[in-house]
Amino acid sequence: MDISAVYSAGRLLIGVKGELDQHRARQIKAQAEEQMDVFLPKECALDLSGLRFMDSSGIAVILALRKRMEELGGRLILVNIPQQPMRVLEAAGIERLVPIGVRIGEEAAQ
Amino acid sequence: MNGENVVKIEFPSRSSNEAYARAAAAAFAAQLDPTMDELGDIRTAVSEAVTNCIVHAYPDEIGPIYLRLRILSGNVLEISVKDHGRGIEDIAKAREPLFTTGGEERSGMGFTIMESFTDTLRVRSRPGKGTTVTMQRKIRSRGGRS
Ligand SMILES: Nc1ncnc2c1ncn2[C@@H]1O[C@H](COP(=O)(O)OP(=O)(O)OP(=O)(O)O)[C@@H](O)[C@H]1O
Ligand SMILES: [Mg+2]
Repeated sequence: MDISAVYSAGRLLIGVKGELDQHRARQIKAQAEEQMDVFLPKECALDLSGLRFMDSSGIAVILALRKRMEELGGRLILVNIPQQPMRVLEAAGIERLVPIGVRIGEEAAQ
Repeated sequence: MNGENVVKIEFPSRSSNEAYARAAAAAFAAQLDPTMDELGDIRTAVSEAVTNCIVHAYPDEIGPIYLRLRILSGNVLEISVKDHGRGIEDIAKAREPLFTTGGEERSGMGFTIMESFTDTLRVRSRPGKGTTVTMQRKIRSRGGRS
């Protein structure tokens, strides 16, 4: 697995680790969508604390996951965003499109 | 640092080489004593340019990508990424935010990100011949360089 997933009380916490580029994007997106379809959460939090690198391929993944959550009647938030991914999100103006949550514990990233 | 330093790397357009290209650029840039943010910007800009070659220049084949890294006077890093792929019909349009020919898997933000992470971005392209993207980024933040 390229991601980790923890579900509790309507909330799905998905941890993405390593590097999110075009090489890994398709797999990470498919695995995250699979978890969403299994748990049908009201809210999905993407925990990016373990992400060492992300480029525009990651933006497409985030937007696709946001769309999937909307289709399921829920919402996607981003939490624990390291500096490099944050700069990419800001350059692309994505921080206006996907809400950024408060810092949470590291449990999802384990 | 005085004088010019340059490296040239050629590799096939396999997506597994994206990480390699980023790491090579970061390792070369290290001699300019960049900050973490500057290194992140360089890795990101290289990743965008190389990914474009893999995805757009050679959509149905594996072709060569040429990465050239140069240090210019004034602590400037120049990154040049070249392919012999499909080329770009309308460069101005391609550079617009959100413009993509890549469908759902792309966001159309690659050139926008490259522009915001570098000081200058030049695109030369001929349909059917290939594309060269050249970026320059001045490395400023850390003191103590000779
Ligand atoms: N090396 C290239 N060869 C051929 N076409 C290219 C090349 N680089 C970019 N393009 C064209 O320019 C468009 C815009 O590129 P840009 O990187 O901004 O967005 P994208 O690659 O489509 O999406 P993203 O970078 O967000 O994943 C591409 O969709 C493609 O049509
Ligand atoms: Mg791109």
